[in-house]
Amino acid sequence: MVEETMGCAIETGESEEMDIVLSSMWPEDMNEAGRQFNVERPGVDKDMLEEVTIKREPDIVDFKHLMELASYTEKGNWQLANLVRNWEYKQENAVRLLREELDTLSRQQRQAELKKLEILEEHRFERDGYGGNKRPISILDENLKYLYQDAPRRKRDTVFQDEKISVDAEYDSVVYWKQHAMNLEKLLEASIRREQVLMGKLQESIEKLEKQSTPVEELSQVLNRADNFLHFVLQNAPVVIGHQDKDLRYRFIFNHFPSLNEEDIIGKTDVEIFTGSGVKESQDFKQEVLERGLPAKREITFETELFGSKTFLIYVEPVFSKAGETIGVNYMGMEVTDQVRKREKMAKIREEMAVQKAKETELNKTIHITEESMRAKEMLATMSHEIRSPLSGVVSMAEILSNTKLDKEQRQQVNVMMSSGDLVLRIINDILDLSKVESGAMKLEAAKFRPREVVKHVLQTAAASLQKLLTLEGNVADDVPVEVIGDVLRIRQILTNLVSNAIKFTREGKVGIKLYVVPEPHILSNQKSWKAPADQSSNSSNTRKDSSVSRSQRGSHGCHEEEGIGVKNELKNMLNDQERDGTPTEEEKASHSNPQESVVWIRCDVYDTGIGIPEHAIPTLFKKYTQAGADTARKYGGTGLGLAICKQLVELMGGQLTVSSVEDKGSTFMFILPCKVSAVSDSSDELSDMDNQEVSDDEDLHAGSFLFEPRTLGSLLSSQSSGRIQKLSPITYGVDPTQNYDGLLEDSSSPSSSITCQEMSSEEDAYLAAMDTSLEVNVSPNRSLNSDNLDSAEMNEQTHCCSEISQPSITQERCQAEGSSECSSRKNNEGQKAEVKPKILLVEDNKINVIVAKSMMKQLGHNIDIVNNGAEAVRAVQCKDYDLILMDVCMPVMDGLQATRLIRSFEETGSWDDAVKAGVELQLPPQHSSPKFQQEIPRKRTPIIAMTANALSESADDCFANGMDSFVSKPVNFQNLKQCLQQYIPE
Amino acid sequence: MEVQLQRSYLEYSKALFREGVLDAQFVELQMLRDESNPDFVMEVVTLFFEDSQRILNQLSNTLNEQSVDFKKVDANVHQLKGSSSSIGALRVRNACIAFRSFCDAQNVEGCLRFLQQIKQEYLLVKNKLEALLRLEQQIVAAGGVVPVLNDFS
Repeated sequence: MVEETMGCAIETGESEEMDIVLSSMWPEDMNEAGRQFNVERPGVDKDMLEEVTIKREPDIVDFKHLMELASYTEKGNWQLANLVRNWEYKQENAVRLLREELDTLSRQQRQAELKKLEILEEHRFERDGYGGNKRPISILDENLKYLYQDAPRRKRDTVFQDEKISVDAEYDSVVYWKQHAMNLEKLLEASIRREQVLMGKLQESIEKLEKQSTPVEELSQVLNRADNFLHFVLQNAPVVIGHQDKDLRYRFIFNHFPSLNEEDIIGKTDVEIFTGSGVKESQDFKQEVLERGLPAKREITFETELFGSKTFLIYVEPVFSKAGETIGVNYMGMEVTDQVRKREKMAKIREEMAVQKAKETELNKTIHITEESMRAKEMLATMSHEIRSPLSGVVSMAEILSNTKLDKEQRQQVNVMMSSGDLVLRIINDILDLSKVESGAMKLEAAKFRPREVVKHVLQTAAASLQKLLTLEGNVADDVPVEVIGDVLRIRQILTNLVSNAIKFTREGKVGIKLYVVPEPHILSNQKSWKAPADQSSNSSNTRKDSSVSRSQRGSHGCHEEEGIGVKNELKNMLNDQERDGTPTEEEKASHSNPQESVVWIRCDVYDTGIGIPEHAIPTLFKKYTQAGADTARKYGGTGLGLAICKQLVELMGGQLTVSSVEDKGSTFMFILPCKVSAVSDSSDELSDMDNQEVSDDEDLHAGSFLFEPRTLGSLLSSQSSGRIQKLSPITYGVDPTQNYDGLLEDSSSPSSSITCQEMSSEEDAYLAAMDTSLEVNVSPNRSLNSDNLDSAEMNEQTHCCSEISQPSITQERCQAEGSSECSSRKNNEGQKAEVKPKILLVEDNKINVIVAKSMMKQLGHNIDIVNNGAEAVRAVQCKDYDLILMDVCMPVMDGLQATRLIRSFEETGSWDDAVKAGVELQLPPQHSSPKFQQEIPRKRTPIIAMTANALSESADDCFANGMDSFVSKPVNFQNLKQCLQQYIPE
Repeated sequence: MEVQLQRSYLEYSKALFREGVLDAQFVELQMLRDESNPDFVMEVVTLFFEDSQRILNQLSNTLNEQSVDFKKVDANVHQLKGSSSSIGALRVRNACIAFRSFCDAQNVEGCLRFLQQIKQEYLLVKNKLEALLRLEQQIVAAGGVVPVLNDFS
């Protein structure tokens, strides 16, 4: 408003014809503009404006204060001064005009006077000419002057010219003077006329001056017009304009949409008027402007009861008094709620877009990386695969080579070849295992197994290849079920890996396995990732106590934080449980009541007294291809894949693997696994293959402690293979492994086996070494299996079998003397007194079938006896004790079914009477193998496999009914022969 | 030359599998061949020819007798069935199976008809196998390795 007025004032000042300029500010086009709004009748400009203004009285003015403002504030002052100056200028202009006219008139008057003087001088000259000097009368002069001053004039009258009065008459004649006088009279008349006109004009001017309004009137008019103009402009604008004094009380406010009355606003502050958020802020803002004396803008969002949520853009400028003090603020607010909302929306959208974009980029990156790593993995797997095949060829050949005659040096070289080759194979298998787990291709099997035996075997195999003075101990708590269901091969793999790792990093002291039942960890039951913070950590007092207990029990757990939490919690659970009751847990009890489905969590600790793991290395411990440090890698070798595989396997089985370690004190690797509990079964048939030794002895079943102590150094050095391990545990289980190896080596034709196992085991996994030992001993025809241990099930089985096959190789008397149930209960162990090779009989009449089957068996590494019919088969069995009989069903003379019946009858009764009755001509009467002698020692049941062509006459039922154990379908092929042999001739 | 022989060998044997003259069992036979017994397939096949010829003759004689001894016939056919399935002569084997059903039914006419059938199949497989073995020999003579058949669809 002020500015507008100033604008007016300036324009006024600039233009001489201010009136015209001002009035042109209300032009025709304003009507046009007015029409756009709500002006129905575009009449006189003023009327329209008045109408508009009248509609509401949006501005509420404290007039008194306005006056004060006008007189006290600099701006008001200046504004008034402008107006006054403007008015003065106008007046001055009028005066100047008049003065100009006056000047013109006085000049004319002077000329007229001069003329007069001239005339008078002429007269005097005349008089002088007549009688003396006549002086011009000064009074007249004076009079004339005054007279002429008032004479009427005209501004732009014809310019006076010195009119030469020309008289035609002769000079100084009467006529001349007459004429002259007449001329002068005319001039005088004209002069008088002019004077009158001027007088009239003057009068007019004076009247005009009188008519002119007073400055105040004019000012208020101008103000009024500006005000109206402003009102017109602002009539629909969402603005609020106000002035507040230095106490921030409203002195003036313009609000087109007022929701309060004058008395509610004037004299009050924002805070007094409104309540809600933003009010205080605006008040503070105004205060700030007031104090700093600088105008400022700010956007403030109000949330008031009065007008809801609205955002205003507020401009506040300070108002100064003449003395320069701030005496208040001018305030202008515009509602920008929608804009702000839009802007915020835009900002949000923009932000979202940015986030989206970032995510996209990230995702693309991840996809790229994933693809890359997938490709890399694939390539690794492919390469490993490709490397493995030729490598297994190399290893197998080396093995064959080692069985030939070699001198000592050559043998050593071959042994190095084999151990290196095996190491590479193991690495490759690790890689394949890992990629298998990672790609989700790893399938877990669920089979019954006996945890105690697993522990025992792992330690046994580790002990067998032990090269250090270490004590290996195993401890299985009583509450661990005798049999559980799980993937025993994988569990064994994990245990073996951890144990061999422990051995590798332990110079002296002991390495042990501890197995016990723990309650189900909630961490895992809730979510698989064990890193998730345990929610039961609420009882933190317990945690502390327990962790201290664990410290004392196992040495301190300087763990990596992340994993340390898990370990502690885990420990806590376990220890809690142990503290609560040393007896089996609830779950455990429940598991016994419901053997089918219940799950028991078994925890396994593999501890050592080795070099330990530095704290900083723990986080990366389970990563692939990492070891605790570069030095470690150099010193101890290995790929660093073992732990990664262990961890992944454990997690695949739904458990978790953690570690705690103290440098130079030792490490403990712990894992917990959920295992289904199966009913305790004594039947060996149901046991998984690896556990097929029948353990009838209860003590043996539940023996939970195993101890392998090192012999003295002297004996270690002196002895080659045997006696490295000495069993001191009072609890017996099976046959002492050392004795096994002893007996085995006695029988073995290869004297080198001991060297092999000793030399290669030093740096390597006990696992492999043990496997190797066994293979060495067995000279397995299925050597290829070793290389093909992608399916490590087979491999493991083989390893396992190997340690067992040694048992039957000991003389039977010895077995029996020791009362080992394992020995006596073994199937087909009797035929192995002299040879390792199993004896197989093929009963088949068809020559071609015989040739084919024989050739196949040969390729599988077996020589077989062949007979052509059932009767011959009976005779053959009479002479020789076979480990396996492959029996054709349909044969001339005597079919397979009958032959089987006869053989079974003999096995049961020890007498061939039935055979004789059936008309079989027995070959060798009494001397060598009389029925009576046989009767005394009944034979073991020989597995008889039917070979059927799947015809109706040769149904499987018939086969079983006649005492056959199984059948293979004809024509026999490699695959089913191999399977059959694997099943019935354990190697 | 060698490669070409190998290729035609593969093609030929594939055709045999496709036509059902031979089945996977023949591949088993081939796999049994090794350094110690390079002529294994040849030996078995030759044995098969001899044996089959003998059985077929016996069958013809038996069936042409006044009173047919079906037991004898059955035993013979069983033999033939066994050996043909052992070398993978699929069509001979199938014919044998069909023959036996007529034998069970003591249907002389049917038996005779299927004897003819078996004879035909036998001659077919004989010719084909002989050709195949000849090819093998050529490959070996050319210093090549007899390709292993792994696709017998």
